[in-house]
Amino acid sequence: MTNFDTGGEAASIVSVTDKVKPVSLGMAVTAVHYLGDHAAFVGTEESVAVVDTEGEISKVDVTGGGILSAVSDGSRILFGGDDGKVSSLDKSGTVSVLATDPKRRWIDNVAVHPDGAIAWSVGKTAFVRAPKGEEKSLEVPSTAGGLAFAPKGLRLAIAHYNGATLWFPNMAGEPEFLGWAGSHHAVTFSPDNKFLVTAMHEPALHGWRLADSRHMRMTGYPSRVKSMSWGSGGRFLATSGADMVILWPFVGKDGPMGKEPAMLAPMKAKVTAVACHPKQDILACGYEDGTVLMVRMQDGAEILVRRNETPPVVALGWNAAGTWLAFSDESGEAGLLRL
Amino acid sequence: MSDASKTPVTVLTGYLGAGKTTLLNRILSEDHGKKYAVIVNEFGEIGIDNDLIVGADEEVFEMNNGCICCTVRGDLVRIISGLMRRKGKFDAIIVETTGLADPAPVAQTFFVDEDVQKNARLDAVVTVADAKWLSDRLKDAPEAKNQIAFADVIVLNKTDLVTKPELAEVEARIRAINPYAKLHRTERCQIAIADVLERGAFDLDRILEIEPQFLNAGDDHDHHHHDHDHGHDHHHHHDHGLKHYHDEEMQSLSLRSDKPLDPSKFMPWLQNLVQTEGGKILRSKGILAFQDDDDRYVFQGVHMMLEGDHQRKWKPDEARQSRVVFIGRELPEDAIREGFERCIVT
Repeated sequence: MTNFDTGGEAASIVSVTDKVKPVSLGMAVTAVHYLGDHAAFVGTEESVAVVDTEGEISKVDVTGGGILSAVSDGSRILFGGDDGKVSSLDKSGTVSVLATDPKRRWIDNVAVHPDGAIAWSVGKTAFVRAPKGEEKSLEVPSTAGGLAFAPKGLRLAIAHYNGATLWFPNMAGEPEFLGWAGSHHAVTFSPDNKFLVTAMHEPALHGWRLADSRHMRMTGYPSRVKSMSWGSGGRFLATSGADMVILWPFVGKDGPMGKEPAMLAPMKAKVTAVACHPKQDILACGYEDGTVLMVRMQDGAEILVRRNETPPVVALGWNAAGTWLAFSDESGEAGLLRL
Repeated sequence: MSDASKTPVTVLTGYLGAGKTTLLNRILSEDHGKKYAVIVNEFGEIGIDNDLIVGADEEVFEMNNGCICCTVRGDLVRIISGLMRRKGKFDAIIVETTGLADPAPVAQTFFVDEDVQKNARLDAVVTVADAKWLSDRLKDAPEAKNQIAFADVIVLNKTDLVTKPELAEVEARIRAINPYAKLHRTERCQIAIADVLERGAFDLDRILEIEPQFLNAGDDHDHHHHDHDHGHDHHHHHDHGLKHYHDEEMQSLSLRSDKPLDPSKFMPWLQNLVQTEGGKILRSKGILAFQDDDDRYVFQGVHMMLEGDHQRKWKPDEARQSRVVFIGRELPEDAIREGFERCIVT
């Protein structure tokens, strides 16, 4: 196993582990989002643990069961529950129920638009509700694996089997279908709105250039990609799934087509979570052995944030200003780092 | 799939109307102190209040690995990952398939999906069969035949609706396809839960022996009484005077050798066999004695997917006999037998 205390090149790594404020959340965790400067660790069921900059924990119940999905726009977090409810938690700590499935079916995915629109999916049906608009729904050919709003306009991408559907809920006409054989899970637009990328069931990403639906195959991962993060103003997509961070270039009109990805921070453990800094060209990455690193994108220089030999890191996130990094392993042993 | 920390998953299949929902309701309503998460294809049929009942849409898709029979249930991947959020709130998962479903994609999901494998283990495929109509369905419904061939446990239900000769007939037809499954006769699916759940049928550590569950007169195996037959003595009524059917399409094929096998020949042969004939082979299982190896090697497979491992030391008083079984459709018997023979150390 990798161990930073013994020999080898890793021994010289810069460490900031002594600057981390450790936090024991006492619950299993799946993700972290920031509400202002407060880190909100999303539990596997019912609760969110909101941690302030001093490390004080307050737990808030947000669903009546398992929390299947959670997304944030920085001012509120949206949750999809296995109790059939879409709920939200805002900065003031207020929990609101935004939608309830009449049959109490699982809310598999949620998405939030910068303008305040929200989306969720139940099985094959995706729903969108604009801030003051009515609720609209669209049925896709098979169960939605992921949802994402485009950065511009009210447009929703729905990943499903054999491709993704692009839907303008406020426009007449048929939604656009982007096909690619296989099962597509998480989906994300590039910040410049030029590309759509899905994480597939097999260890691969698939992308489409939206202007002409040209395919981009991003393969070679040893395991499934579960964490994706756009960095450096959208010039890179950082991903988990390998024993190093895979960084796909999205500069120029061709995106990663015909280019090799950058490979940073190789370890003897798989990367399980990535989070690019919102302003600078650095990223944080967590590994299945519990290690957390900060990595400079240009030269791959590494700083150790958290040592290994714990359960996998599943939650990793920056506040909007990029002054705080929060992380947690899946058992809820978390930490905060002020930059 | 033998890790005790993994949640056991029982797959409940059976042709339309055989009594799957009756069995499911019985499992859920009985006072056993256990809690089950249930994945059903049709909401509302379950009359029990349980917040761990999930509706599924049997979405089968091909893996992009060039293997056309390598299909998985995408909805199961998603639902099991969702259920794992509430790990600790239930003891086991039961997956009810539709009456027309092929059990293979469900089983294969547990072989190929890394997340499912990490959290859950396939316990057994339980097939509910209708004693009155199964014989007809085996003739006209390929799905029904698949479900029988795939089963680890067969609950032959509605036995009160048939005469004794009719029952003997349907049992013989089942045995012609799958002589290895445990068969239980029931009325209204009245069966002990322990006979259905926690079977460990896919647990390599629990592959103790591979013997037909009821022995035909023609079987050359010497007939001693096995532990697992306790309490099921009804099987023995049929050792005498039973009709012996041969199913033209679906058969089981049993190979054995008292001489050790050469692992450098057997493993490539088996790999190649499931690669080329995996579409026809529904289930495979084996206990192997390799040359110069004091450990039993066990394997099992579903279509092209195999898993195998050294299990334990051969006991001093145990005959080091290798035994391999395939259940499948139109199996090339002669070629398989010849291939196996070539793996025997001479």
